[in-house]
Amino acid sequence: MTTRLSRGSALARLAAIGVVLAGIVGLFAYAGGWLSPRLLSPASMIDTFQKVNGLYPGFRRNHAKGVCVTGYFESNGRGVELSRAAVFPARRVPVIGRFALSGGQPYVADAPHTVRSLAILFKLPDGEEWRTAMINIPVFPVSTAQAFHDELLASASDPATGKPDPARMNAFLAGHPETARAMQFIRNHPVSSGFDNSTYNGLNAFLFISARGAVSPVRWSMVPLQPFEPIGTADPGIGDKNYLFDALIASIHRRPLQWRLIVTVGQPGDSTKDARIPWPPDRRQIDVGTLTIDHVESEDTSPARDINFDPLVLPDGMAASDDPLLSARSAAYSQSFTRREGERKEPSAISAAEAGR
Amino acid sequence: MSTEPRTRFALLSRILHWLMAAMLLTMLFIGVSMVASLGDYHRLIAIHRPLGISILILAAIRLTNRWFTTLPPFPPTMSRWEQLAASSSEKLLYTLMFVLPLVGWGMLSAGHYPIVMFGSMHLPPILPAHPMLYAGLRKAHTILAFLLFATFLAHLSAVLFHTLIVRDRLLDRMALWPVRFRKSERQG
Repeated sequence: MTTRLSRGSALARLAAIGVVLAGIVGLFAYAGGWLSPRLLSPASMIDTFQKVNGLYPGFRRNHAKGVCVTGYFESNGRGVELSRAAVFPARRVPVIGRFALSGGQPYVADAPHTVRSLAILFKLPDGEEWRTAMINIPVFPVSTAQAFHDELLASASDPATGKPDPARMNAFLAGHPETARAMQFIRNHPVSSGFDNSTYNGLNAFLFISARGAVSPVRWSMVPLQPFEPIGTADPGIGDKNYLFDALIASIHRRPLQWRLIVTVGQPGDSTKDARIPWPPDRRQIDVGTLTIDHVESEDTSPARDINFDPLVLPDGMAASDDPLLSARSAAYSQSFTRREGERKEPSAISAAEAGR
Repeated sequence: MSTEPRTRFALLSRILHWLMAAMLLTMLFIGVSMVASLGDYHRLIAIHRPLGISILILAAIRLTNRWFTTLPPFPPTMSRWEQLAASSSEKLLYTLMFVLPLVGWGMLSAGHYPIVMFGSMHLPPILPAHPMLYAGLRKAHTILAFLLFATFLAHLSAVLFHTLIVRDRLLDRMALWPVRFRKSERQG
């Protein structure tokens, strides 16, 4: 045995151990964000959704009102040039998806200018998956998670008036001039009459990686084969809160609906990290295949209710770009998914009977 | 050092110990960071999944190695209850090295996620997709990770206490670095 430590040096060493432990715990707390509670996190982002929309247990915190679909994607083989992803060789793969309206209120009345979304999960032959969630506006109004969060608060209804406070929105736009431009671009973009004849845009840029390892920046859109019709001038929603969904359901029951998957290839200098900025219209576009939707189902019975359409579930041959919204979407979707999966499920606004009609 | 003293763990055990320690600490910090991060979430989770499976594989290798090697005895400076605490925390750490990755894998299976490793390589689901099962396992994953962190802190505190205050060279048993043994100890 070595000689015993003096009382003083034993205490000093005990203190040193304490410092080491406190340091590790401190670093852990820092990494976990507990030392910076004001920093925007996935949890605070979803808290804001709940604050703005109210809490509807069991539902997605955004794009809460929706209906599920299945069908298939037939690739024509032309995508292989850009990406080695298993979705692009000429073949048919099954898909499951969901049409929805943006916003966190699952029982909100359909309205023509509410943003419409289409989320699709491609089931690839060897167990890989490609998930994408697209919307019917031509650019995204914001480029960062913080701006998205601030815009959400700025456009929230004032509890006193029940309407958004224009002063708050103006203040937000004054600080984000590129967002004001994007919103003008969105306003000038014609809106179609329904879900079935909408174009759904991926908006965020991704990277396609070819079999040879060549990397191309891309954006993609689902362009409908159903002819475009503008939204009517009269409000067709009177008496039917679900008129957009009912029209979609009736349309799918009449005949399968189809969209072409159009991949737009960016050129050097095209922004991949700012979803507000459209790429020039002369960029090369490749039609890589056709999506067919032939079955519609209520969320109450479809497994798509319990699928997180995380935009970063990608097959080999596709990767995230430097767009910061992608990681933020992935993180926030995951937070919303984890919360709702543990909650008791309430029936969807679109019942099984309504979807089966 | 002419003779390897029998008070140390076997070389392979020591290598596996430090490799696992580095991987577990990295994993705990990645896990706690990624759930709080919007900007780095994607990068971190892309490491978290394959690193978790690597830990599961390494845990199996360690357990096999543990069965086939003799452990050095506890130093005489450890009381009966300290020895009991040491063996129980060792059992707990081994259990968590298996359970945490399995809960993670099961949780992703129940959550209808593909279990992507890297490139096109992915693992099959080990549980059916089910919302409440996912939610329960997701919660368990967090609680078990905090338990692992707490057990690691206890383990570290005990080793530091023995090494720095009792001064019984407890850390030398696991050292990968050269250790000087005093003449009196070699003889003793």
